[in-house]
Amino acid sequence: MAGNPFPLGKEELLQAYRTMRTIREFEERLHVDFARGDIPGFVHLYAGEEAAAAGIMMHLSAGDRIASTHRGHGHCIAKGVDPCEMMKEIYGKKGGSCHGKGGSMHIADLGRGMMGANGILGAGAPLVCGAALAAKFRNKGEVAISFVGDGASNQGTFLESLNLAAVWNLPAIFVVENNGYAESTSRDYAVAVDSYVDRAAGFGLPGVTVDGTDFFAVHEAAGEIIKRAREGGGPALLECKMIRFHGHFEGDAQAYRGKGELEDIRANKDCVKKFAAKVTGAGVLTQAELASIDKEVLSLIERAVQEAKAASQPTAADLLTDVYVTY
Amino acid sequence: MTRKISMKDAINEALDQEMARDPSVICMGEDIVGGAGAPGERDAWGGVLGVTKGLYAKHGDRLMDTPLSESAYIGAAIGAACCGMRPVAELMFIDFMGVCFDQIYNQAAKFKYMFGGKAETPVVIRAMVGAGFRAAAQHSQMLTPLFTHIPGLKVVCPSNPYDTKGLLIQSIRDNDPVIFCEHKNLYGLEGEVPEAPYAIPFGEANVVRAGKSCSIVTYGMMVHRSTDAAAILAKEGIECEVIDLRTLSPLDMDTVIESVGKTGRLVCVDEANPRCSIAADISAQVAQKAFGALKAQIEMVTAPHTPVPFSPVLEDLYIPSATQVADAVRRVMKGGRH
Repeated sequence: MAGNPFPLGKEELLQAYRTMRTIREFEERLHVDFARGDIPGFVHLYAGEEAAAAGIMMHLSAGDRIASTHRGHGHCIAKGVDPCEMMKEIYGKKGGSCHGKGGSMHIADLGRGMMGANGILGAGAPLVCGAALAAKFRNKGEVAISFVGDGASNQGTFLESLNLAAVWNLPAIFVVENNGYAESTSRDYAVAVDSYVDRAAGFGLPGVTVDGTDFFAVHEAAGEIIKRAREGGGPALLECKMIRFHGHFEGDAQAYRGKGELEDIRANKDCVKKFAAKVTGAGVLTQAELASIDKEVLSLIERAVQEAKAASQPTAADLLTDVYVTY
Repeated sequence: MTRKISMKDAINEALDQEMARDPSVICMGEDIVGGAGAPGERDAWGGVLGVTKGLYAKHGDRLMDTPLSESAYIGAAIGAACCGMRPVAELMFIDFMGVCFDQIYNQAAKFKYMFGGKAETPVVIRAMVGAGFRAAAQHSQMLTPLFTHIPGLKVVCPSNPYDTKGLLIQSIRDNDPVIFCEHKNLYGLEGEVPEAPYAIPFGEANVVRAGKSCSIVTYGMMVHRSTDAAAILAKEGIECEVIDLRTLSPLDMDTVIESVGKTGRLVCVDEANPRCSIAADISAQVAQKAFGALKAQIEMVTAPHTPVPFSPVLEDLYIPSATQVADAVRRVMKGGRH
C-alpha cells in the first residue's frame, strides 16, 4: 500500500468525509422535503460548499466560537451541532436546537461554540470580534471565526469588524465564502475588488484565497491562519471560492445562472466527489469505506427526518418563555 | 449623614465597584479612556463628559477605547456578553443607536428567545439622552420609547444619583441586555448616595411625592419638572402624587394603577415625542386597566412631534416645562364626567 500523502491520518480523513457527506445529505433531503411542502419558512442550502465548513472546523474545538450566516446548516453540522436537533428546529418542533423558536436561519448551540446562524447579513462579524475579545481575556488560545458570503462582505458591519479586529489584534478570522452570487447578483458586479486579499490588505490584515472546493487547500490555509491567531498573531481573512449547488433560497428558479452552469458544477466541481477521488486515488481510503459512511449518513438523516416529523409541536405556554414578558 | 455626590460620579462609582467585584466586567466605548495611541496622557478624557475618568488607572486594559465604529464595537460587546463577559459599552449619545441598531434589536434583544433559552446576553449599553444641551437634533433625543418597544431589552432612565448607582449596578448584574439612559442635564445633579454598593431591582417605580388629587407619571429629567409643577399646584390646594417610573421595561404598572385608584386623575409626562411614547403607553394601559377609577380625561405632556431644534429659544419651548405640566393638571382637575 502506498504511503499517505495527506497531512491527515486515515481516521481524520474518514471524519472529514463523514462531515461533508452529512451536510450534503442533510441539505439534499431538505431540498426534496421543502419542495413537498413539509417545511415552513425559508431555507438556504449549503450543498456544494461542504469542503469549506469541514476544512475549517476540523481545526476547532468547542471553546472556539463561530458566527454563521443565513446559509448556516453546514457550519452547524461541522461545528458539532446534532443533526437530529437541527432537523427538529427546521421543522419548528419541540426538542429542536432552539426549541423551535429559531428555525433554519437561527440555529445556535453556544455550548458547542456555535453562536448562531443569522438572518441579518454581516451581523456575525461584530459578534465574533466580541467572542475573540472574550477569548483574549480568557487567554487559553481560543479563536473566533466569522463566516460571510460575498454579498455580506460589502456590509459595513463586516468592514468595521475587520478594522476593529486589526486594531485590537483579536484572535478573529473572517472567512468569505465566495460562491459568486449575492442572492441573484453576481459577485463581480457587486464587489469592487477582484481579490479579497486586496480588501484584507486595506484593513491591515493578511488575506489568503483558496479553492473552496478543495478540502485540502481549505484545511491547510485555515490551519495556518488559525494557528497564527491562537499564538497571538492576530486576525486574518480567508476567501474560499466555492460553488452553490442550489438557489439563494429553496424555490429560487435561478434564471440568472448561465446556460449549462448547474450541470457543469454538479459534474465537475463537486467538492465531495473531488475529495473522494483524491483519497481513493491515493489508496488511503477505499470505495468500500466511503460507501459505508454514505450508508451510515443516509440512515442518520432518515432518522433525523422521521424524528422531526414525529416530534411534538410547541404549545401556547412556550410562546412566553425565554424572554421576560411581564411589563 | 450620607455624603452627596453627582449623578456623573454615581455612574463612575458603580462602574468602579462592579469592575472591582467581577473581573468579567469590561468597559468599552469611544474615548471612555481618551488618548489611546496619542503621544500625551492616557485617561485624557474619561469619556466626552468625564464620566469614566479615573477608572483606567484602577482597572487598566479592562477599559477599552474603540474606533469610531459603533456597529463593530456595540456588536463586539454583545458577542463578548454571549461568551462569558459582562461588557458595559458606552454609546455616547443615544442618537447614535441608528448606526448600530441591528446589533441591539435584531441580535442582543433576540438571542435568548430565538435560541430557545440557550444564550444569555448580559450587556449594558450606556447612552446620554435628552434635550437642553443646545446640542441640536442629532445629539438631544429621548429615544426611550424606541427601545421599550422591543421585547428582550430592558430600559432604564434614572432621575437622581441614588437611583443611578443602584440601577446601574443592577444593570451590570442582570442577564438581559439593558439600555441605560443617562440624562446629560442631570450629570451635575447632586444627591445622597451610600458608598457601599447596592442594587435597585428593576420594575419598581418610586413615589417621589404623595398626593390625593392627581397622579403624575414620569421618568428622567421630567421627574424634576413634575415635582416643580406639584409644588406650584400645592399652593392652589391641588396635591399631586408624582411617580418616577425609573425603569421603562420592565414597567411597574401596579404602582401607577394603585395611584390612579386613589386620585382618579392622571397626567403622563414624557420628554419623548408624543406618538407611541411612554406617556401614550401608560395612558392606554390606565384607560384599559383602571377605566372605572378615572374621574376625568387623561392628559399627556410631551415634546412636540418635531426634531429637537438648536436655537436655545426654540429648544426651551420644545422641552416640556413645569408650567405645561401644571396646566395639564389644572385641566384634568376641571375635567370630569358630567
